[in-house]
Amino acid sequence: MRTPTVKEILRSISAGETRARDWVEHSLRAIREVDGRLKAFLLVDEEQALAAADRIDRAKMYQNAPLRGVPYAAKDNIVTRGVRTTAASRILENYIPPYNATVIDKLQQAAAVMVGKTNMDEFAMGSSTETSAFQKTANPYGEDRVPGGSSGGSAAAVAAGLVPFALGSDTGGSIRQPAAFTGCFGMKPTYGRVSRYGLIAFASSLDQIGPFTRTAEDAALVLNAICGHDPLDSTSSRQPVPNFADGIDRGVKGVRVGIVRHLPEEGLEPGVKAAVHRAIQQLEAEGAEIVEIELPHMEYAVATYYLIAPAEASSNLARYDGVRYGRRAEASSLLEMYERSRSEGFGMEVKRRIIIGTYALSSGYYDAYYKRAQQMRTLIRQDYERAFEACDVIVMPTAPTTAFKLGEKLDNPLQMYLNDIYTIPANLAGLPGASVPCGFADGLPVGLQLIGRPFDEATILRVAHAYEQVRDFAWPKPVLGVAE
Amino acid sequence: MNYETIIGLEVHVELKTDTKIFCGCRNDSKSEPNTNVCPVCLGHPGTLPVLNERALELAVKAALALHCKINQKSKFDRKNYFYPDLPKGYQISQYDKPIGEHGYIEIEVNGETKRIGITRLHLEEDAGKSMHAADGSHTLVDYNRTGVPLIEIVSEPDIRSPEEARLYLEALKSIMEYCDVSDCKMEEGSLRCDANISLRPVGQTAFGNKVELKNMNSFRFVQRALEYEVERQRERYESGEPVIQETRRFDEATQTTVSMRTKEEAHDYRYFPEPDLVDLDIDDAWLERIRAALPELPSAKRSRYVNELGLPPYDAGVLTSDPKMAAYYEAVIAAGADAKQASNWVMSDVSGALNGEGKTFAECPIPPEHLAGLIGEIASGKISSKQAREVFKLMWETGKSAAEIIKEKGFEQVSDPAQLQPIIDEVVANNPKSVADYKGGKERALAALVGQVMKATRGKANPTLVNEMLIEKIKSL
Repeated sequence: MRTPTVKEILRSISAGETRARDWVEHSLRAIREVDGRLKAFLLVDEEQALAAADRIDRAKMYQNAPLRGVPYAAKDNIVTRGVRTTAASRILENYIPPYNATVIDKLQQAAAVMVGKTNMDEFAMGSSTETSAFQKTANPYGEDRVPGGSSGGSAAAVAAGLVPFALGSDTGGSIRQPAAFTGCFGMKPTYGRVSRYGLIAFASSLDQIGPFTRTAEDAALVLNAICGHDPLDSTSSRQPVPNFADGIDRGVKGVRVGIVRHLPEEGLEPGVKAAVHRAIQQLEAEGAEIVEIELPHMEYAVATYYLIAPAEASSNLARYDGVRYGRRAEASSLLEMYERSRSEGFGMEVKRRIIIGTYALSSGYYDAYYKRAQQMRTLIRQDYERAFEACDVIVMPTAPTTAFKLGEKLDNPLQMYLNDIYTIPANLAGLPGASVPCGFADGLPVGLQLIGRPFDEATILRVAHAYEQVRDFAWPKPVLGVAE
Repeated sequence: MNYETIIGLEVHVELKTDTKIFCGCRNDSKSEPNTNVCPVCLGHPGTLPVLNERALELAVKAALALHCKINQKSKFDRKNYFYPDLPKGYQISQYDKPIGEHGYIEIEVNGETKRIGITRLHLEEDAGKSMHAADGSHTLVDYNRTGVPLIEIVSEPDIRSPEEARLYLEALKSIMEYCDVSDCKMEEGSLRCDANISLRPVGQTAFGNKVELKNMNSFRFVQRALEYEVERQRERYESGEPVIQETRRFDEATQTTVSMRTKEEAHDYRYFPEPDLVDLDIDDAWLERIRAALPELPSAKRSRYVNELGLPPYDAGVLTSDPKMAAYYEAVIAAGADAKQASNWVMSDVSGALNGEGKTFAECPIPPEHLAGLIGEIASGKISSKQAREVFKLMWETGKSAAEIIKEKGFEQVSDPAQLQPIIDEVVANNPKSVADYKGGKERALAALVGQVMKATRGKANPTLVNEMLIEKIKSL
């Protein structure tokens, strides 16, 4: 018996069988038991979580709240008022935000209970959670394996059963890839679907908050609570938000599922390829129509991303200067203070990207790099527009590999970057994408990625849900985690 | 050799909005330091800007008033540089798609109208204020001003003298005041000006090396700094030394310019489109609404005063230099006063009295209708213009109308011939010498007789009537 899903917890609480406090205690107990080795959490606030649970159990106003009493964890780049938020960086080691991110407020209104903040790659820059300045998170399915990244802590926490859902952020695959590596469902909604207000920016035009859950249906429940226009985020969309749980079980009959002809397969592990192939066959067996589509500019996506994202990051991270908050080094001049605060405060990968980005935006190089990258971004977006004339959802592997070993790629950034080859295009095009567990290869989870039209998360959820009902691979118990 | 002076000005104008450009903080940089601040304008992690539509509206209004073409598709960009008073490490500004482009301002130079081109007008956020300790031990930063909306107005290099630069600034300030987009107080920093200046031999088309001038805190200082710079650059050219392309600071104490930094130290601002804001798409209806609501601008007002009201160009220029003065003047004539008489009173007496008390026309203790009433009393001959000055003084002090004061104080002028005849007869009888002088052709002698009549009536007699009656009396002798 696996840890209960969001749906099961909601049913149990509303039936009066359990209370919010029971589930929060359950979560805290699991964290105490497992997290010493898993290291998914950077901060656990037992006192506040229990107090919140009690409040929810007492007050009548929460009786019909959509996520009443459901514990969750938030990636540590989502700011929480009064609760230390670091983005896993030394430079924000002691930063206590004066305000809540919009998603945190929304989940509070929905009566979900945050139990803690999860580990991540520093400022979300990485694909393994190893660039965290504080700790390395293990993969619940292999203690020597990375959980993926950058939202590795959130993924590991859900996969190990410590919380029924967690929030992550996805700039180039940072929700989908760790979801694939840890056997969770993870979704990056359409750019603009979820407010970014309070998400510590990495690359503003690509960042998007989304959920990790055990099932597609749970993701729908969380999305119902966090999506929608936010007057505090100019880039958040005014598109109406449907109830994502409605019609999720309509099946895939007649749904046109696109598979990519000439998918770049360099580095694609056979075990991953096989699992994805089998999943597609099962969808077809369920009545989906499999069509071939072309994404001719996909091979340029990684290069495009590694100009745009660092360029924006170089500017977004300029505010960490030691003047108003965060780490300030002792120095005898302003310039020295800047240099020392930032040298000591930022890790290697962050520095690397700041330098790449600064270079790409420099006068004389802007046209050759940033501007051309933006042009390529347009072409990639157009590829998808064309593809979606022929299909309703596109499927491909989430990542070319299963979870690699801790330390395996840390010294080879290019290898690390290439792990995002299948996830990056959706960010560049602003499209919704999800990863659904579709099997195991050598004991490690494999994810099937689904990419949808703008604001059509519903179709992704529907296809993922249909697939979840028929998938039949053997699901091993996590090495690290609670089993009930 | 003769040199031609080439000047271009960059003017920053703070917009008069209630709140800051990208957050809900009050737009008030004069409060206690760091009281009008929030996580957004302090650049806390995770915060995002949201454009204050009122700031956009005022910027568009200003651009229209400067005859700019409005870029309905516009956007914001980030200008990246490190400074403690810039919380995000970048300023949200506009790079290649400013709100307005290709405008102009007209100035009067030696009686001729000259057009100075406006290259661009863009919208951006202000930075905070750094206060450096005198001993260099520390710097304090006040972020109240961070995020105050600004427009930057860049002129073409069309200005040919320091005087033209001052005239351009005066015209620009007046237009901004007419549109009511800014307080335009240079001493408080709500209007700031940088200048680019270069010299070239007359006849040469290529520009010489330009110098950027900063830290000029009044129109007078702008002119001074430019005058100094013209001389400095001329002397360098004449002594065969090149003018170095650099930024120089005006030093108020010595009234000279001092080098700040050379081109080699110039910033690379790494501009790129601001991803946290959506592109601006100004729709036609909104733009038309703003255009329609534009007030009559000083130049149009000036020519209307000359052509329709028949005022001399000088009067029109003075009256329109300040929108509050023009509004006051127009209210006076709307209440029925003669245009030229009203102009005289407004420009001299009213203006002088206000200056004496440091008040603006909006705070004038004499309502325009009362001034019109006073002018009417003079025109109808009820009081003399000499009496009028006294009535004006009492109106200023009491706030009463001219009619009330004339009645209360018995200022009424005597214009009844029956009442004046005995006095005329008496004065003529008592001053035979003056009468004889006048008859002998000394016109001035009449004035003495008028004076006598005025004295006898304690100044109340209508001088024009007295004049006529005296001549008639003398003729009849």
